[in-house]
Amino acid sequence: MTAISHRFQSLSRSGQIVLVHGILLLYALLTVYPIILVVINSFKARQAIFRNPYALPTPDTFSFAGYDTVFNRANFPNYFVNSLIVTIVTLILIFLIGSMASFALSEYRFRGNTLLGLYLSIGIMIPIRLGTVSLLRMLVEMGLTNTLQGLILVYTAQGLPLTIFVASQFMKDVPRDLKDAARVDGASEYRIYWLILPLVRPALATIMVFNMIPVWNDLWFPLIIAPAEGVKTVTLGAQVFMGQFVNDYGAVLASLTLAMVPIIILYILFSRQLIRGLTSGAVKF
Amino acid sequence: MSRKRFPTHIIVFLAPAVIIYTVFMIYPLVDSLRLSLYAPSAENPQVEEFVGLQNYQTLFTDPNYAPRLQGAVQNNFIFFAVHMLVQNPIGLLLATLLTSQLTRFKALFRTTIFLPTMLSFVLVGFIWGNIILSPLWGIADDFFRAVGLGDYIQPWLGKPETALVTLSLVSVWQFIGIPMMLFSAALIGIPDELVEAARVDGATGWGVFWHIKFPLILPTVGIVTILTFVGNFNAFDLIYTVQGGLAGPNFATDILGTFFYRTFFGFQLQAGNPTMGATIAGVMFLIILTGVLIYLVGFQRRLVRVEY
Repeated sequence: MTAISHRFQSLSRSGQIVLVHGILLLYALLTVYPIILVVINSFKARQAIFRNPYALPTPDTFSFAGYDTVFNRANFPNYFVNSLIVTIVTLILIFLIGSMASFALSEYRFRGNTLLGLYLSIGIMIPIRLGTVSLLRMLVEMGLTNTLQGLILVYTAQGLPLTIFVASQFMKDVPRDLKDAARVDGASEYRIYWLILPLVRPALATIMVFNMIPVWNDLWFPLIIAPAEGVKTVTLGAQVFMGQFVNDYGAVLASLTLAMVPIIILYILFSRQLIRGLTSGAVKF
Repeated sequence: MSRKRFPTHIIVFLAPAVIIYTVFMIYPLVDSLRLSLYAPSAENPQVEEFVGLQNYQTLFTDPNYAPRLQGAVQNNFIFFAVHMLVQNPIGLLLATLLTSQLTRFKALFRTTIFLPTMLSFVLVGFIWGNIILSPLWGIADDFFRAVGLGDYIQPWLGKPETALVTLSLVSVWQFIGIPMMLFSAALIGIPDELVEAARVDGATGWGVFWHIKFPLILPTVGIVTILTFVGNFNAFDLIYTVQGGLAGPNFATDILGTFFYRTFFGFQLQAGNPTMGATIAGVMFLIILTGVLIYLVGFQRRLVRVEY
């Protein structure tokens, strides 16, 4: 190892720059090339895909056949709406409920505060999936299987522990004077929570982006508690569709592209918040 | 002051979170552990009766379960080992490169390498399982030929000897962004003066990394390890998408998540068995809890004492 290190040291500065960028570029290519292959081939006719999978679509090879199949044979628009409803409502609930609880935990000294904080952080490390057998029975009794509400409640419970843990650290950083000044002016505790919220909103927004990924991408709970056609999420819908059309590569590629593109666009728009959320969450851990 | 009167507002603030979390997370976890001590009664299968640890005994000794459990645990540790040996070191290397003063276009590289983490397992599974590694497409074969390893071409996912490691590497490809990000954050947090001081004392780049930076990012090494552990022992989606519920070929890629799913729901001719499913979840719970406790007691506490 030291030999490698000495060799690296003896490289000229420009040599080091080339090496560092070379490694990063190679790894970045390994990351995006498979995704690019899927997207370009989704616009090609079947024979053209296998003749040369690396070529861009040309006027000769261009085809929309895969997308036609997807739109005629599967309810993708419906799946998207379901995923959007589940994800957005879950995030709103986590935001409101999580920020309220973090405010109480960070603001008030009451008996059992530390204990409650610990209780609420169990879920950071113990995955909710392990309770699936009992969760499914309970949702059956409540009549919440094959409903979006069932998924929303489960995902809210899943997202709360980490959100409360990280958000209460941020809440503690809000200056005490600010809250005491409001109290002197006769503001109620609810009003103070409402005044504090905008101050921690950037931090909470980053946690929300972080919460979004596992909800949107989850296969387990849609498969187990909401598999009916009318409530299928995009992830489950794509899984089932691709399983059925496994040999129709045009359709598989088109559905892959359709399921990926919205996430990639959202990611590019929010990547700064997401990355900041991930790193600040880690720092507060 | 609010502390003097009965703190209704505290209850109002905390109740929604505590109720949803308790009802939909803690109760199912505890009740699932309770169910692992029950089994359908012999006289009336509709009724479940208390059987103590009998399910666990069945799981560990019955010829229908024990080999599957052993296989799943073993495969799960291999799955974890590949992540620890490949994902986390490469993630650290990428993080070091991304925080180097020599590097340009940092945001672009970081955003790109993190991209697959955003995609669902289903998409990643299909991209690799049905396209890149598919013999029909031959993209992986072309790659091996291009780098001069044409003789080693195999049906990577079709052979029991290679399927599990191949799938582990696909999972590494997807999740390398997480250790990369966490290590980057830790490396950025190291004060420049420390590194400069070591350089002045004659330390080389490698020496600075090993003796200054690495000890300082040990807490992050711990976090990455425990996150990898919990994530890996809870994994399911990727294997299910690529190899199906039977986790083939011949259970070569069966991990605890797929074993749990198959036992709980049944698959093909095998009928579902909720209480045995809960028993497997109980074993997973014990494994994950052990890992978390080792981390909390053995690792984190000692670090806190040394570092701060």
